Amino acid sequence: MTGAERRALFTTMLRVRRFEERCVELYSAGTIHGFLHLCIGEEAVAAGVLAALGPEDGVVSTYREHGHALARGIPMESLFAEMFGRTTGCSGGRGGSMHLFDASRRFYGGNAIVAGGIPVAVGLALADRLRGRDRVTACLFGDGAFAEGEFHESINLAALWRLPPGFLCENNRYALGTALARSHAETDLALRAGSYGVRSWAADGMDAVAVQEATELAADTARAGAGPCFLELRTYRFRAHSMYDADRYRDRTELEAWRARDPVELAAAALAADGLLDDAGRKELEEAVGREIDDAVRAAGAAPLEPVEDLTRFVTTATEDGS
Amino acid sequence: MTATAGIRTVTFREAFREGLREALATDERVFLMGEDVGRYGGCFAVSQGLLEEFGEERVRDTPLSESAFVGAGIGAALGGTRPIVEIMTVNFALLALDQIVNNAATLRHMSGGQFSVPLVLRIPTGPGRQLGAQHSHTLEGWFAHVPGLRVVAPATHADARGMLAAALVDPDPVLIFEQIGLYGVRGELSVDAGPVDLDGAAVRQRGTDVSVVAYGGTLAPALDAAAELAAEGVSAEVVDLRALRPLDSSTVLESVSRTHRLVVVDNAWRSGGPGAEVVARVAELALDQLDAPVERVGAVEVPVPYPRHLEEAALPSASQVAAAARRAGGGPGPSSRCRRSAPT
Repeated sequence: MTGAERRALFTTMLRVRRFEERCVELYSAGTIHGFLHLCIGEEAVAAGVLAALGPEDGVVSTYREHGHALARGIPMESLFAEMFGRTTGCSGGRGGSMHLFDASRRFYGGNAIVAGGIPVAVGLALADRLRGRDRVTACLFGDGAFAEGEFHESINLAALWRLPPGFLCENNRYALGTALARSHAETDLALRAGSYGVRSWAADGMDAVAVQEATELAADTARAGAGPCFLELRTYRFRAHSMYDADRYRDRTELEAWRARDPVELAAAALAADGLLDDAGRKELEEAVGREIDDAVRAAGAAPLEPVEDLTRFVTTATEDGS
Repeated sequence: MTATAGIRTVTFREAFREGLREALATDERVFLMGEDVGRYGGCFAVSQGLLEEFGEERVRDTPLSESAFVGAGIGAALGGTRPIVEIMTVNFALLALDQIVNNAATLRHMSGGQFSVPLVLRIPTGPGRQLGAQHSHTLEGWFAHVPGLRVVAPATHADARGMLAAALVDPDPVLIFEQIGLYGVRGELSVDAGPVDLDGAAVRQRGTDVSVVAYGGTLAPALDAAAELAAEGVSAEVVDLRALRPLDSSTVLESVSRTHRLVVVDNAWRSGGPGAEVVARVAELALDQLDAPVERVGAVEVPVPYPRHLEEAALPSASQVAAAARRAGGGPGPSSRCRRSAPT
């Protein structure tokens, strides 16, 4: 991987980290409402997976998708606007934090039912097969989804039909407050996924380079017609499950051990060691990201709210019907 | 199949199959998938011969994974194809409720109109075959409750033949509920039968004394009741709702404004069913048109039992519909307000 690519991964992670830190402030200030799930600590997954995809590929994500959306290239302004419920939001303000969509970037949400997006990703891959299109669909979900029947039904179906979705499991070790070992009799998820006859392996989800390389291999495999791959990206969330979560179920020493492998700082240190990022460069980047966030928040805040008269839009193509 | 002078006699099964064959033949984006739809020919033999005609890419047998293949249909629809997904029966559709309610019905809205889901679900439904509580559900109303879905219930051969084509043109998800009990029933169909409108109820029999509103599996008993009433000199108008969402209130209201009496017939349990919605709309918009209390004929509120005599007692019948019409006072002469039994 080139130095420029590694720097790009770092930049993406830094943007995600600072973006979400601002989200916390805005939530506390009452500007963002509803559920807000942060991926702080998991940025290497977002940066690495999305860097491995081409613009024609599809992305199906979860309610913890800010990082995926940013890494896919959705502008910060439209993400903030979405969380502010403004018409300039990437979903027109109708979705909120958990339902970020962008048709132009083939970003299919933002699904807030655990495992609910997985069958949809299989279908997107099926459509590509039927229409003869050479592209893949990245299906992101968490370890919690691995316990859902929809995951098992879907990976079997995709494997049976040799379809090209990538099953990318962002294993952050907790399903809300329930630890992996309290949900799964066998906690080696890659091992279990392999039973479906797919190529399956685990990668270090705190290392964006490792994530990108693993995702590229999975995507290449799917594109070659060898069927889906399953990737277990082992990571950790540094923050609570959501802003409503008091986070009383984790041992502090466990948290500190994972924090010692902060993906943003790991990447920064590796870049510094190779002479690709010095203190001045980091400072410059931080300032640029800070300005991007300030500008985005300002613009999003100035965007209009949808008139209540439009309430029944976006239900069907004939939503004026109202029946 | 026999044909005379532009009209032939077909079963509902053949009418549905003809619609499927036409859809597959005319649009290469269309494909069919579901449990046993291919090699087996469909649990109810509706898709018989289609695998041989169109091949395995377009007629796809799925594993018993309702959530996955319905969700895959949603994804395939998002991806530019026109999937027709058969769920073997409505009873098993419960295993795919998450995909139908949380994805098919919401993606357009949550994405601010960026995505639409042109998915067609074919869902056989209906009781009456002594299959016990788990295989005798009538749950069309559950789906009709959900904004974002279109729910239709073909009850005639022309609708069985023509609703699919219209559903495939619709950019939003359409659920076609096919009556299992009708598959083998023969009826007349024009040789040039084609697409029909999905919107709007239809008056299947004109009448002046009482409006009998039915849909799907209750149209036949409603028409039988109308024949029974006709012999007594009572002129019943029979309205076939055809679609449960969007629900065409205006045809019902127009009928009631002429007959001033309403009987609603529903295979679903009465509480919270489609029939209840029809009654609510009449109460909201045309209460002053009614000369008698509304009569409802629906399933008794019990899981559908296995023994024939109990199953028959649990479900609406033509004689119950006729009796309800008589109670509503449908008939020549002044209206008679009748005492009504307590709701069950």
